[in-house]
Amino acid sequence: MVKDKMRALAFTAALLFASSANAAGGGAELEPSNIDPGNVNSLQRGARNFMNYCAGCHSAQYVRYNTIGNDLELSEEQLIDNLMFNAEKTFETINASMRPADAERWFGTVPPDVSLIARARGTDYIYNFLKSFHVDPESPTGVDNTVLPGTSMPHVLAELQGYQTAVYETHEDSHGDTVTEFSHFEPLTVGSLDAEDYDDFVRDTTNFLAYIGEPIRSERRKLGVWVLMFLGFFLIISRMLKKQIWKDVK
Amino acid sequence: MARVEAEVGKPQGGLLKWIDDRFPLTKTLKYHVTEYYASKNFNVWYVFGVLAFVVLFIQLFTGLFLTMNYKPSAAEAFASVEYIMRDVEWGWLIRYVHSTGASFFFIVVYLHMFRAMLYGSYKKPRELIWLIGMLIFFVLMAEAFAGYLLPWGQMSYWGAQVIISLFGAIPGIGDALVEFIRGDYSISDITLNRFFALHVIALPLALIGLVFVHIVALHEVGSNNPDGIEIKENKGPDGVPVDGVAFHPYHTSKDLVAIVIFLMIFSAVVFFAPEMGGYFLEHANFEPANLRATPEHIAPVWYFTPFYAILRAVPDKLWGAILMALAVLLPMFLPWLDKSRVRSIRYRGWMYKTALTVFVVSFLTLGWLGVQPAEGIYVRAAQVFTALYFLFFLLMPYYTTIDKTKPVPDRVVAHG
Repeated sequence: MVKDKMRALAFTAALLFASSANAAGGGAELEPSNIDPGNVNSLQRGARNFMNYCAGCHSAQYVRYNTIGNDLELSEEQLIDNLMFNAEKTFETINASMRPADAERWFGTVPPDVSLIARARGTDYIYNFLKSFHVDPESPTGVDNTVLPGTSMPHVLAELQGYQTAVYETHEDSHGDTVTEFSHFEPLTVGSLDAEDYDDFVRDTTNFLAYIGEPIRSERRKLGVWVLMFLGFFLIISRMLKKQIWKDVK
Repeated sequence: MARVEAEVGKPQGGLLKWIDDRFPLTKTLKYHVTEYYASKNFNVWYVFGVLAFVVLFIQLFTGLFLTMNYKPSAAEAFASVEYIMRDVEWGWLIRYVHSTGASFFFIVVYLHMFRAMLYGSYKKPRELIWLIGMLIFFVLMAEAFAGYLLPWGQMSYWGAQVIISLFGAIPGIGDALVEFIRGDYSISDITLNRFFALHVIALPLALIGLVFVHIVALHEVGSNNPDGIEIKENKGPDGVPVDGVAFHPYHTSKDLVAIVIFLMIFSAVVFFAPEMGGYFLEHANFEPANLRATPEHIAPVWYFTPFYAILRAVPDKLWGAILMALAVLLPMFLPWLDKSRVRSIRYRGWMYKTALTVFVVSFLTLGWLGVQPAEGIYVRAAQVFTALYFLFFLLMPYYTTIDKTKPVPDRVVAHG
């Protein structure tokens, strides 16, 4: 009986995990973001980066300032003084400074709300996107992006990263056709951060975006441990009950 | 006066008797619970019926609370789901339990159906239980499909677009029918509103009614067992089947263990992997529905992908839709396609065992192919496995007739 149940469990688990293994994939190869969702300092730096560099144009309309304050262990003063440039009250949601009509006129499109961008696109995508702006004289913003070619977004972080050019390589593929593929970036100008510090800057920002995608995440996982412990305990009791009731069945 | 007092003073049998005189409470409980006898050798495959019932309850309960906070309008739906996830107390838990419950409903129901195929539970005299069960499955598919539109994400929108447009392949009335279903020239606020009505009222009502009838029919003929023999044919002097034990307390206490194990797996997903790697909650559905941007890769939720793969395996839209509908409907005919003299796989020959294995492999592979891009080798593979899927059913009358079966014992056999 127990063996049967274990087998069924293993079967169900295999079903579930076999499918999840294929979940990722598609698109260009992305460097792993290696974010640390449990690192409050990283999230605080990410919040600072976001409010200073992103929130001017991008809203996070489902996210409230006080949620961030509570979760990132910030006092109300710290929250108001350091993060709230676009809002009066701490319960407000994060709205962009730029008006949508202006955005439409200036960039041809309204920058997307980023409340859920990490859940929709994945953290690796954001991490690589923010690192992959390169000079393109034909683009209206002067830059393009290898992760999202044709993006309307200018290189907002150029003062930190500096500008870079994309180097392409041509080679022959298996069919004998020549293909041009992106190879690597070459720095053009120097920013205020070196490459490593810029990576950290982008990683913290990505971490923050992942956090606002699902602020409840860490609490959910913590609660899950208790729920499973309770059910594990209840499993023992229910098994004892079952054995007691079935002991006279031959 | 004295007479009346004497009557009042007489022991009346308490509240229970008062009710029993007016409603068959004790009788019903005995018939369906304490004196409903089912085989004592049920194995793990026999828990999925109860688990489906548990998931139904979970979905009704969480659905009720979601309805209190959800807004069925194109302008507000997406935001209201995020409101539930972020601002409603415990809203995130209710929503994750509901979204996880949808997937687990199908896992449990697929395993429940597979159990019937393992042990021939659909065979005479249980054909009607099987047919009602198939109806439940169809309603469940409609319920899940309607529910998936409600978050109004990109995949909600475009998934519904693809599936509803299939009706357009029907010659003559196709376009009018599609318009009738959507209530508009494209999927819109109107479509969302009517899908909401179907999802929270019509289909759940149908589901509950069918589940009730499913159980009534089951209790009329009695449960099958892993040996596929009739325990009613071997009764003791007390009129109780010698191989049967009462549903309560025996099967209920056994089911309780199964329910707890199930809840542990369920909770593990809810609390640690609610997106299930993009399969239970698809990544693209975290972007609001956008009429002007088609996602590059439209895939239905995993539980529809075997049928979706069959649809895409056929180059012609109408024939693809017909084949897909047939693939869903064909299992209904199992009780009449299966000519075997024995029910259980334990006493069947190698042919049925092989056929069933091929069927399971085909179904799982089609499910996997349904989430792959519809190109090259994937389409070719889907065609092969579609053929195998259909051959399992269409050749069944033949191979179950000539298959060599083993003798069936008189009494049930317990394993492990």
